[in-house]
Formats: sequence, C-alpha cells, structure tokens
Amino acid sequence: MKAVCWYGTGDVRVETVPDPALINPRDAIVKVTSTAICGSDLHLYGGFIPMMKAGDILGHEFMGDVIEVGPECHTLRVGDRVVVPFAIACGRCFFCTRDLWSLCDNSNPNAEMLEKVYGFSGAGLFGYSHLYGGYAGGQAEYVRVPFADVGPMKVPDSLTDDQALFLSDILPTGYMAAEVCRIQPGDVVAVWGCGPVGQFAIKSAFMLGAERVIAIDRFPERLALAASYGGAEAMNYEDVDVFEELKERTGGRGPDACIDAVGTEAHGTSVDALYDRAKQAMMLETDRPHVLRQAINACRKGGTVSIPGVYGGVLDKVPFGAAFAKGLTLKMGQTHVHRYMRPLLARILQDAIDPTAIISHRMRLEEAPGAYRMWRDKQDGCTKIVLQP
Amino acid sequence: MSRRATLQPPVTTMREAERWGSAMSGGALLVYGLRRRSLGGALLSVVGGGLVYRATLGRGPSLTRVAGPLVDRCITINRPVEDIYRFWRNFENLPRFMRHLLSVTVFDACRSHWVARAPAGRTVEWDAEIVEEVVNERIAWRAVGDADVQHTGTVTFSPVPGDRGTEVRVMLHYAPPVGRLGAALAKVFGQEPALQVAHDLKTFKQVMEAGETPSVAGQPRGARRSGR
Repeated sequence: MKAVCWYGTGDVRVETVPDPALINPRDAIVKVTSTAICGSDLHLYGGFIPMMKAGDILGHEFMGDVIEVGPECHTLRVGDRVVVPFAIACGRCFFCTRDLWSLCDNSNPNAEMLEKVYGFSGAGLFGYSHLYGGYAGGQAEYVRVPFADVGPMKVPDSLTDDQALFLSDILPTGYMAAEVCRIQPGDVVAVWGCGPVGQFAIKSAFMLGAERVIAIDRFPERLALAASYGGAEAMNYEDVDVFEELKERTGGRGPDACIDAVGTEAHGTSVDALYDRAKQAMMLETDRPHVLRQAINACRKGGTVSIPGVYGGVLDKVPFGAAFAKGLTLKMGQTHVHRYMRPLLARILQDAIDPTAIISHRMRLEEAPGAYRMWRDKQDGCTKIVLQP
Repeated sequence: MSRRATLQPPVTTMREAERWGSAMSGGALLVYGLRRRSLGGALLSVVGGGLVYRATLGRGPSLTRVAGPLVDRCITINRPVEDIYRFWRNFENLPRFMRHLLSVTVFDACRSHWVARAPAGRTVEWDAEIVEEVVNERIAWRAVGDADVQHTGTVTFSPVPGDRGTEVRVMLHYAPPVGRLGAALAKVFGQEPALQVAHDLKTFKQVMEAGETPSVAGQPRGARRSGR
C-alpha cells in the first residue's frame, strides 16, 4: 500500500509499504477513506518530537471502512464505516473506566520509555513517535487499529467523510479545551491560535455559553475565519500588546478563561519569544512557551488556563508565581477523544456545528510531501488539509 | 508500580543468636574496658557499649549479612482480587506474562515443575512447592532440590479501597550457596532482577486488564534508509 512516511525534519515521503495485518485479538484493519494532517503533525515534521525513526508511518486523524476484525473484537463488522480516535485505549484499566481515555495504562508498548521521561506513561497514539508506542499511523491506504472494540465509532451514512473525520481529534480537542473552562454566563474567553483546534475551541466556547470570544493569531485568513465561522472578535498579536489589549477589551478584568491552542512552537514578537527561539535553536530549551506565559499573565484572577496545545519538555520562565497569586486553574493534556465522539456526533447531526468549514484543501495522499510543506508555511490560506488515499 | 528496597542495605533485623552474642560480648568488653582505667580501656568499653545498645535495639549493621528480599515489586490491577488470585494460582498461566519462563507443569496442589530460559539458549529447571497459601491473599513457595536455583517467593494480593482494583506484590528471596553468587537463577534474571519482575508484572496487568499485550511487531513501515 501507499503510506506517508517520516524521514527526518522537513522530509516526508509517500512510500510503498506492506499492507498491515492483525497483530492482537482485539485489532481491526481499516481501509482509509479520508485522513487529515494535524497541527501536531507539524511538530513531527519540524523535528521537535524525539524518538521518531526513518520510515515511520504518520497520521492520527483518519476514518474509513473496516475490512478485517480480530477474534476478540466483537463490536465491529467488516463493512462498518468508522472514525477512529487518535489515542489508543484498552477500555478496561483504571483510567479508561474513569473516562480518562488518553491516559490508558495498557496501550503503549513502549510505556517504560515514557515512564523514564514523565514518571508515568499515557496512552499509545497513532503515528506519533516511539515514545507513544510507535504505532503506524493512518495517512495510508490501510491502517491497523488496536483495541478496535473500544475506539472506532460507527458513522451514520447520512454524514459525509468531511463531516465525521474531525471527530478523530481536533473537534473533541477544541471542545474539551472549552469544556474544562467551566464557562459561566457572561464569560469572556480568549483563544490563542486560530488553527483548527482554536477554531473548534471558539465554536465550542459559544456552544457552552460564553458571552464573547477573543481570537488571537497573526494570519489574517485565520482571524477572518475565527470571526466569520466562530463569531469571535479578532486580535492580531503583531499589531498590539496582547496583555494590555485583552485587559482593555474586558473592562480591566482580564479574560475569564484563556485557551492556549498553540503549544510548544509558539511564535511571538516579544523579548521572551525571541529568547525562546534562540534557546531552542541552541538546544537549551525543549519548548517555546511564549503563549502559555501570555495566557497565564492575561487571565483574570481565579480564572482558568486551558492548554490543548502540546508541550513536551521542561518549560523555561513560566510565570508560576502569577498563576499562584491569581489562584488560576490550569487544565491540560491529551484529549479523551472517546468521551466526546458520540456527544459531538450528535451535535453535528443536529447542525449545531459544521466541522467542514475549516477545510481549505483536499489533496491526494500522494501529494502529502507538498501538503506538509504548504501546511507548515501557512501558504495559500491553508487552514486544514484533508488527504484522500 | 512501586519499588521497595531492591537489594536491601545490610541494616537488617538481627537473628536471635546474633542478638544474644552481641549483648554478651558487648557486656564483657564494657566491663573489661572500665576495669582497665586507661585510654585503651575506655575505647574498649565504648565499643562494648555500642554492641549492647545494638543488641537492645535488635537491629543495626549486620555482621552476618542476612540478605533482604532480592526483589520487592508491586503493581495495581483494575480487577477484583478473586480473579487475579485465581489466574495466578494456576501456575501454568505464569509463562503468559513472565518472559523468562518457558513452562510450568503442575503435579498436585502443592508441587510443580518450572522451566526457564537461561542465556545462550540453555534452560534451567526446578521443582517448587507451596509453603503457605491463604486464598485471595497470599501464596508463598520455595524451590526444592538443586541448590543453584534455591529461592523462595511470595506474592500477595490486596484489594485497594475505592474500587481501585488489586495490589499485587511479588517478593523473591534467594540465597545461593556461599561463593556461588553467579548461580543459575541469577543468570535467568540477568543483572536487573527487579526490573525483570517489574516488566513481568506490567505484562500481567496488561493480560488481566486488556486481555492482550500491546504490540507493533510486524507492522508496516517505510524502509529505514534516510536521505535521498
């Protein structure tokens, strides 16, 4: 089959590789009909995630048709059309049974590696380095899905692929980012990063009752989408002092909740952002937490900072004193996709949210190398790329 | 997974004989030293006093090296204690999660025969007998016969409050004959017996909870070459 393989920083290739086969009894094989490139795939493309090996198959947002099921996968049948969560979960451990699916105890074959770095290991992820299990991803014609009796959700025929695909990651991720803010009537929510997760966080914040959402980015097309699709107020951080401007726009209070939908590769124009760039270039720092700093400083007293953006290492100069002094709540972590897929499918079926609006490009799987480049460089008004095998 | 002392430092509970020996010799030194009324005598009495003190406490740096457990490892499994006990008690299940075990054959309620993989394609075999068993709580066993594989082991099962499953703790003691620290069992466990057991316990948890162990063995990937 054809698959998108990682070969190094800025180097992905479409290779011909063997078709996947069942490995464990609860596995299924899915013939991929649609797959997307995620913002977090750019962390791999940029070489920011350790423990990638040349030839690893990428992709954790995908859906398709079940073509084979293992003997212990009793919930799926050949021919079922499913969307698959990016986090792999056994469904039976302490964490899965408490709805904390992305923290599954049993799905990462390389858990001992991650334990060395983080103390404990979370779930295995599709196509996201050997730290997270080294699972072959779904930017391919076929993919093996472990614990397929737990993860994949059947998609009604009335829905197109475009409508269902983002249930695999970014729609639940944006939703969870807003949900953990425990939005109250009258709340103003600030969202840093107007990529797909930011767009869905904006949309979700309004679904959950926010009064206003302020969207912060530097790309005009993304800010325009945040305004037209999400109904947010745009703020270009290259034009203003973000802290002062947020304070100004919230009557001096600061936003009730701040969502960092950027993560480890933040760009910025301030001194600390340049400092991060330099330190990271010299390998003295693992992450560039510029947005996190800004969100912590800007958030109102007693507010919530929600962090769907990915961080990997030991962060430098995070204003923890400010977080403490203001009594902030910090919420973060990989999305518990399984928890949100069914409720969000219902929202899509009710027309409460149209996930297709963020798609800017549809391309063939074979065009993946160019698609990654375009996505990284934010060319051509690129907001989301869907690949079809 | 928690870790207790893997190789305990030689600060251990003294055996009764050592305790008495310590007390008596210490007392004698103390009296003899005091009687000499000299600097040397004072030193001797200090040493003697220390021995008496140590005997009173019943612990202290051991002079006879009574070894603590070689391995003491623990894991929590999200299943009721009965299920876990039942699975473990059927020793023939153990090779499903102990990667160095090739087979266990159960003879009767008490005795079984174990075959383990040793380096260089060799195997090590021994008979084991259960020395203590409390249903749903603990199983203790010891190897019998060949001194090279002499060890005792205990596994305990305890329910965790708040519907958190069961804690499983494994302790292994083994005391190879003097001068034979490189005994057969040590070869089986390799350099890091505690890590081996920790890995086996993790696999046990995966088998009990998920019914399978996660794996990517044999999955497709692009050629491992790099550069174009």
